[in-house]
This record gives sequence, C-alpha cells and structure tokens, in this order.
Amino acid sequence: MFGYYFDLAIRSLRRNPVLTALMVLAIAVGIGASMTTLTVLTLLSGDPIPSRSGVLYYPQVDPDTSKDDSREPTDVLDYPSAVDMWRAKRADRQTLLVETGMKTMAPQSTARPVMAPTLVTTADFFPMFAVPFRYGHGWSADDDERRARVAVISAELNNKLFGDVDSTGKTLRVRDVDFTIVGVLDHWRPRPQFYTVRGGRMAAGDTASYYQRPQDVFMPFFTGLDVGRGTFGVYNCWQLPDDFTKLETSACNWVTLWAELDTSAKAHDYARFVADYAAQQKAMGRFSHAGNTRMRNLMQWLSFNRVVPADVSLQAWLAFAFLAICLFNTVGLLLAKFMRRSGEIGVRRALGATRGGIFMQCLVEAGVIGLVGGVGGLLLTLLGLWLVRQQPAAYADLAHLDPAMFLVTFGLSIAAAMLAGILPAYRASRVAPGLQLKTL
Amino acid sequence: MNQLAPIIATLRRHKVAAFLIGMEIALACAVLCNACFMVVSRIQAMQVHSGVDESSLAVVTLTGFDPAQASDLNARILDGLRRIPGVQSASVVNAVPFGQPAGNAGISLDPDGKHRAAVPHFYVGSPGAMEALGVKLVEGRRFSADDFHPMNSFVPDSPASVVVTRTLADHLWPDGKSLGKMFYVDRLSFRVIGVVEHLSRPTAGEEGPQSFDWSVLAAGTPGAKFAGSYLLRADPAQLSRVLREAKEAVATVAPDAVLDEENSQSISDLRTAYFRQDKAMAGMLVGIIVGMLMVTALGIVGLASFWVQQRRRQIGIRRAIGATRGDILRYFQTENFLIVSGGIAVGMVLAFFLNVMLMQRYEMPRMPFFYLPVGALALWSLGQLSVLAPALRAAATPPVVAMRSS
Repeated sequence: MFGYYFDLAIRSLRRNPVLTALMVLAIAVGIGASMTTLTVLTLLSGDPIPSRSGVLYYPQVDPDTSKDDSREPTDVLDYPSAVDMWRAKRADRQTLLVETGMKTMAPQSTARPVMAPTLVTTADFFPMFAVPFRYGHGWSADDDERRARVAVISAELNNKLFGDVDSTGKTLRVRDVDFTIVGVLDHWRPRPQFYTVRGGRMAAGDTASYYQRPQDVFMPFFTGLDVGRGTFGVYNCWQLPDDFTKLETSACNWVTLWAELDTSAKAHDYARFVADYAAQQKAMGRFSHAGNTRMRNLMQWLSFNRVVPADVSLQAWLAFAFLAICLFNTVGLLLAKFMRRSGEIGVRRALGATRGGIFMQCLVEAGVIGLVGGVGGLLLTLLGLWLVRQQPAAYADLAHLDPAMFLVTFGLSIAAAMLAGILPAYRASRVAPGLQLKTL
Repeated sequence: MNQLAPIIATLRRHKVAAFLIGMEIALACAVLCNACFMVVSRIQAMQVHSGVDESSLAVVTLTGFDPAQASDLNARILDGLRRIPGVQSASVVNAVPFGQPAGNAGISLDPDGKHRAAVPHFYVGSPGAMEALGVKLVEGRRFSADDFHPMNSFVPDSPASVVVTRTLADHLWPDGKSLGKMFYVDRLSFRVIGVVEHLSRPTAGEEGPQSFDWSVLAAGTPGAKFAGSYLLRADPAQLSRVLREAKEAVATVAPDAVLDEENSQSISDLRTAYFRQDKAMAGMLVGIIVGMLMVTALGIVGLASFWVQQRRRQIGIRRAIGATRGDILRYFQTENFLIVSGGIAVGMVLAFFLNVMLMQRYEMPRMPFFYLPVGALALWSLGQLSVLAPALRAAATPPVVAMRSS
C-alpha cells in the first residue's frame, strides 16, 4: 500500500511543480537554518570528557579579604591555598595548573621562536583528563618535586618543529632553558577547553574563547613557575602586589586546582576537607571568611560559567522560530493543495478508499516533500556550516556535520513535513464522497 | 466599507487557512521586531568612539625579550622606528584601543579604598604618546616633562598625573569638578590633570555600555616594566607600508624578541577584528530576516493564488453583475489586510514576550516601543506586495467565466 501511496504522491507533486517547489524550498531553508545552528549548539554544549566528567571536581576557597561569605568565591585560587590543598593529597588525583605563553624554539629546528601557549601543571593532569599521547608519556610526581626540565608538546607543535616524527628525547628551548621532550600528544581538542574555564559570569555571553585549542607546551608546575617567572597573568588581586613577578607571595588569585574523586563518598569527604581548610586558614588569620567554599563537579562548573556563547544559543532559538514559520507556511500550502483535490479524493472515497487510507496517502505525500526538503536542507546545512567555519570564532574549525546530525537532519525534515501534513490530511480525509461527486 | 461583510463571511469559511497565515505573520512579526532590534544594537555597539585617530595609528608588539635588557631595547627600537620614512611619531604604550588590555583596576575616591568607585582601564604612554593618539583634550592640560614617572607597578609611580575621559570623570565626580581630584588603587595615588572627550578601553567594560569609555591615561618613562608595545603614527595613506617596514625593523633591531603578529596591526584593523563577531552575528540575523520575509511572502502568494483559482466562478459572477476590476482587486487586498492585521495584533504581543525572554536569558536591553509599529508596517507592505499578483490575476477574470459550467 505504501508503494502505491508513494506513487500517487509523486504524481500529485509533479502536477503542481511550482507549489511543490515552494513547499520543498520552505522546508529546506527552515531545516538548513535550524540544523546549522543546532549542530554548532550541540558541538559546543556537550560533555567535553564524557568518560571522566563525573569524577572531576573544582574546589574553591575564598582568600579575598575584601569580600565576605555572601559572594561567590573568586574563580581561581591563590598560590598558598592551591598548593596546600594539592600537597594534602586527599583526592584520588589532583592537579594544579596555570596558563601562560613562553618563547619556545627547538635548537635542532630552523623554525623561528614562537610564543607558545603553555600550561604549567602537575603529573596527574594527563591521566586525570585522559589526554591521548602519540609518542612517549607524561612526567612523574617525582619530576614535579625535582623540578625536572621535561616537557610534553602538542601534535601541532611537534609537526611544526620536527615534522610528524617521534621527537621524545629531543630538546625544546623555552626562554633559553633546555627541556627534554618526554611526550607528544595525539590530536586532542576538548570542547570547551574545560580545565581553564573561569570568569564566565563576567563574560556577558562572549565565551567563544573557551573553545580554543589546548596549549602547545606542557611542563611541570614548579619548573614552569621558575622558568616562566614574569609571564603569568593574574585573575585578580585584592591587594596591589609589590612585584608582579613574585605572585607566589602576593594577594592574587591565579592558580587552578582540579581534583579527581572516584566515589560520591570521597567527593563528600573532600568537600568537607575544603571547608575545613578554609576554616583553619580563617582561624590562622589568613582568610577573613570561610563560609563560601564550593566544590562543583566539571559539568556544574561549566554550566556555572555559561560556557556556550550566548550568540550561538540565540541563533539556534531564532533558527527554530524560522523553522516554525516555514512549517506554518507548509501547512497552509498543503491544506490548499489537498482541498483542491477534493474531487479526486471524493472519487477515491466512492470507490472504496477508507478515511484512514486517504489520510495515509496525504501524509505520505507530505513525507515525500519532507524527504526532498531534507536533501535541500542538508545541502543548506553544509553551506551554513561552511559559513560558520569562515567566522573568526575560536570554535569555527569545529563546525562539521557528524553522522548523527546527518540522520537528524532527515529525521527532523520528514517529521516536520509530516507534522505539517497531519491537519491538511485530516481535513482531506473528511471530504464527503457524495458531495464531491455531484460537482464533477 | 460595505465590502467588509462578505470578506469576513468568506474568511469564516476558510478559518483554518486564514488562521495559519495569520499565525505565520504573528511569528514573523515577533521575530522580525526582535531581530531588527538586535541588528541595530549590534551596529550601534560597533560605532563606539575610540577617541583616537584610528586611521593614522598602528601598534607593534614584541614579546619574549629579556626584561633586564628592556630599557636598552626600548631605546633601540624607538630609534629604529623613527628612522622609517613617513613615521610622524613613535612612542611606548602599554595598550591601545581594541588591542590587548594591560591594566584594569578598581579605583576608589578615598585613600583607604573602602568604596570602590569604578573599574577603568589604565593606559600608560611615554612622551609623545598622548599627542600621537590624537585624543581631544576638553579640560585641564596635557602632560609636561615633570609628569612622566618611572614604572614600578602596572602604572607610573605615585602620585601619578593622569588624564581621564569625560564619561569617567562624570561618573566619579557628578558635580563636574574633576581637575585636581585624587583617586586611589590600593596604595597608589593619581591626580587628574586633564579630561579628554573620548578614549575607549581596549575591550568592553563590565559596568554597562558607558564603561567602554572609562579610561585613564598616565604618563610613564620607558623602562624594564614598560616595554614591548610601540605606537606608530603616520599619514593614513602610508600607514600600511610604515607598519610593514616597522615589523622588518624590529626584527633586525631585536632579533631575540618574538613579534606578536595579532597585536601588531593598524588600529583600524584591530577595530575590525574586535567587532568581527558582532558583524557576523548581524549578518546572520539579516539572513534570517530576509529568509523569513521571503518564506512568508511566498506563503501568501501560494495561498492567495489558490483562493483566486478556487473562487474563479464567484469572481466571474460578481464581474457579470457589475463589479469592476478595481472592486475585485480591492476585495483581495482588503482580505489580505484583514488577515495580516490579525497576525500583527497577535505578533506584537508575541514580540513583547520574546523580548522579555531575551532580556532574561541573554541580558538584552528592552526593545524600544517604535520597533512594533515599524515591524507592523513592514508586514502590511509585505502582505500587500505578495497579494498583488494573485489579486491582479483575479481582477483579470472575464465575466464570461460565470456562464461556463466548470
């Protein structure tokens, strides 16, 4: 029966090519706009590290003596608090990190020195965040303590300096200090670059920079603080530092701490540890308040920072409103089309077609429009994503259609067209056979 | 007016189709008003006055040099830059409008720092920088030789003489008397010696749109903590060549340093880059508006054509009993006007609620009232334009159709 309805649908659509084209076009542009924006939205709003996001936590205390418990704690930590909590080793894994940029070159390479985006961090960074390695490995906790001059570099920097070869054991010169490369990362592009996310509350929705590529050079935390002295920026200071190159003893927040806690019981204990730490610091007189400690998990932290750029979700809203307009349009046109065929429908009814049969026939016709509109919509989606890739945003290179979204495009298109077809098909199926036959 | 009754009677028989078109218009009206408002807001945001002579200015930024050699580096680079033909002025700055911010700091009007008054951006310029920027002094005086202090923090040593923008001065001292006043950042102190018309900060402020213009300009002597960014002034026609030669010059003078390409551009290019995302968003919004209007127009054309065809016989009869072509034309135009008006009535309410939702979710400002009538006017015109062709076809129906049996 379906084959017959399909055949009827094709015949009917070919009879009014202009009207058909109009409906297909409306569906196609509506689908194109909404799928483009939906693809970008899902790319940017997903879980950056699904296998581990449930066990990663972002502990916060508030050393800022100019604030009080009624406010959110500052987004990052001061050096003493971060290092104290890290050294306590109360989590399954914990890592400190600070982002900076340092002049980097390879003595063996002819490439000019570059300001390489650099992350100074601790050994647990790589296992905690499931960072993939192409060659070599990360460094050990012992390397952190010994202030070893070892480094891990990104696949992109490796390609630029050495070509796509195993460069472990080679030398990387950072600010005139020689490091031994112990590892080269595989392609790694978490969306967003979750481990440095902060300050989203103050960004007024302009959060595209959270989707930057990870850094090119990773080095042990304390080694990096020595070598990169003076290159580190602060998140904020509650007292003016005497010397911006001695941030360790300044009243500034600039260090990030992440903790991995494998069970909720451990997470509960760790939250208490963080609160106790703040209370103890308050008792010692270093903190002015200790009641606003926080420990959000990764996804809570991302949502607290509203990482999805406001423009992206705004575009998705608008595109779906546009799709709704296109659908109203299609409903109106389908209705007109079906009612015009009242005579034909009357004949079919008189010859024994049931109401359900007519309904199905009309719905199949709507579905065919949806299918053709889906093909058009797919092409427009590809065009739309190409346009997104031309944008200057940090996430632009991510805008590609994945297979799931490919299927969603057709699904949405057919569903939308059939939805638009329900009312017209219902009205068509109510056509009284006798009345129509009389007018013929 | 006596035409209205039969039109309404006919529309009653086509409730569903009329309702659908009406809803399409309503949705289009809601989206159109809000999208237009967003486009206009973006374009307005892009018009921000930097207060500097953008077309004559460029910046060259170096990183990765040894801080111990910075004083020497400053002298060598300034000398090298001034040798380039066409350079009118070269000076050291810590930041430029639309570039990388160098120092945002909370200030207070009391020395104890109890009451935070604002968070402006602190620009620092070496001798000649203020003149090169071309900021317009509206009160007080420019920097004199005594005002230039060495830098040991992110600003020159206290008490530092500073020039502030008028918007910042009005915010801090609403009585208009700002000259000679002091303000503080922790233990650092600043004395206002002049007020300039505009000087936008590098990136938007966090205290409302007016805070984009909250800047302080201080006078600093180049040194170890004040090096790396160099402001160039040249004739606009020569600026791109001067900038290219400047990049070559610093590569020769300071081979160890790394040129920060992203922050070595003309101020006009920095401005374009800064607003590129807003421009892209405005473009996308315009695309949605155009697409939406097109789809709506095509929908009206499609449905009106269908109705014209369906009513050919009735039109023929009306023509046969004396209706003029104009009567038929007006019939369809009035019908369209009624449907569109119904849609607009609902659409205005929708537009209002959409704006409220956007205000809550995206911190957008309230849409000014006049967008509603403008949107309505646009949709009325769109409706009339779209219905014109089908209505003309209807009017061309010869009366003889009435006599033919279908």
